[in-house]
Amino acid sequence: MSISVGYYPGCSGSGTSVEYDKSTRAVCKKLGIELNEIDDWSCCGSTPAHTVNHTLSAALSARNLVLAAKQGQDEVITPCPSCLANLRTASHKIADESYRPKVEELLDESCEEAASVASTLQLIVEKVGLDAIKKAVVKPLKDLNVACYYGCIMNRPPELMQFDDPENPMAMDKIMEACGATVLPFPLKVECCGAAAGMPKKDIVTELSGRLLDVADSLNTEIIVTACPLCQMNLDLRQGQVNRANGTRYDIPVVYFTQLLGLALGLSAEEVGLSKLVVDPTPRLRFAGVL
Amino acid sequence: METIPLNSPDKEFIREVQERSGQNVLSCYQCGNCTAGCPYNFAYDLSVSRIMRLVQLGQRDAVLKSHSIWLCATCQSCTTRCPNSIDVAKIMDVLRHMAREAGYATERNVKAFGDAFLESVEKHGRVYELGVTASYITKTGRFWTDVDLAPAMLPKNKLSIKPHEIRGKEHVSEIFKRFRERGAAKENS
Repeated sequence: MSISVGYYPGCSGSGTSVEYDKSTRAVCKKLGIELNEIDDWSCCGSTPAHTVNHTLSAALSARNLVLAAKQGQDEVITPCPSCLANLRTASHKIADESYRPKVEELLDESCEEAASVASTLQLIVEKVGLDAIKKAVVKPLKDLNVACYYGCIMNRPPELMQFDDPENPMAMDKIMEACGATVLPFPLKVECCGAAAGMPKKDIVTELSGRLLDVADSLNTEIIVTACPLCQMNLDLRQGQVNRANGTRYDIPVVYFTQLLGLALGLSAEEVGLSKLVVDPTPRLRFAGVL
Repeated sequence: METIPLNSPDKEFIREVQERSGQNVLSCYQCGNCTAGCPYNFAYDLSVSRIMRLVQLGQRDAVLKSHSIWLCATCQSCTTRCPNSIDVAKIMDVLRHMAREAGYATERNVKAFGDAFLESVEKHGRVYELGVTASYITKTGRFWTDVDLAPAMLPKNKLSIKPHEIRGKEHVSEIFKRFRERGAAKENS
């Protein structure tokens, strides 16, 4: 199988979620997906831009979709749900002929030719498929109890995302099952972790991420699997802050689905960037025979 | 408890929220589904369903001065679950735009973080995470922000000391420049 798509890594991919970017590239290569990084891509504007103005947000995102089209890419994938939401919202706005001129005015460029956007998760589930993943697994994740946490915007709002179930998404669950893991029925799959409140309103993150860790712990989760850089950062890097605020002593590794998928496909710990995680997953992975 | 006079609805406010959000706020029948699913409700001064009601009643100041509109993370629970298909999260976003334009910022740190983030994008074309942190601390004077994360973060060597400059950074800064020149107001939906 050979798939070739445009790739939008997002800013956190070269910073706080460098292991997500690394493992995404490695997994895609292994699965025969050619990623063509958009040359000179810029920030989508993330949450701050859409909280200031919707046209500004659309213009910052649309720059990338126009660039991708110019570079011959009809479809772009991104690992980050926040980038995904902004890029897809921009797609909708520039597809609307009455809105497009407002975006073009800010961008000072035509938006008529622009790439479409999907998540890496969607591409892997829909274009590669679970059967192909099952066949490609060389290191089954057997004896590993995982909870898949999607975060709030990977699938919502459904009219915008057009992928999976908005209340009970299953894409990551199915990928993890295909890799041989035992997937726990995690009821807070789409509950918010506190998002970007970490810096300005830490109490919100310690409360909301605390709830997620409480429930994950009650299910005897060995590893939480995520698809969002912000969720991962709140649950992993801030797990100590959550523990201090709530009087808990959790030590639950929080990894990207691409990291576990990569290990199951035979990639090394180094190739999926395991050492970049704060809560070290290697003891559990060794115990389960994955490492 | 503060009383809100209901005999003088600001009709222009209702019209503006509707126009800028593209949503019919009058179709909200106060079922409370949005509030029931709102993860931020514990931190809000006004629940999201009360905000919706106050918008219907044209209570401009009560709404734009609320803390809730700054704390909403656009998690889309309300929008996904509204039985009348109102994009509630979009209305919260629009209220935040209007509060900003009117000079209200009841959650100054939230606003400072957003400002620091966008200034970084405007300057470099991409977000420079260490720069955003430094700028946020400068704006708020909160020097202890996340210092407790340093022992976990620094050995991971994830944060670049230098910004990731792109060739098209002028193109990006021009977007911001044109946005400011043209004026922010009345351009949503």
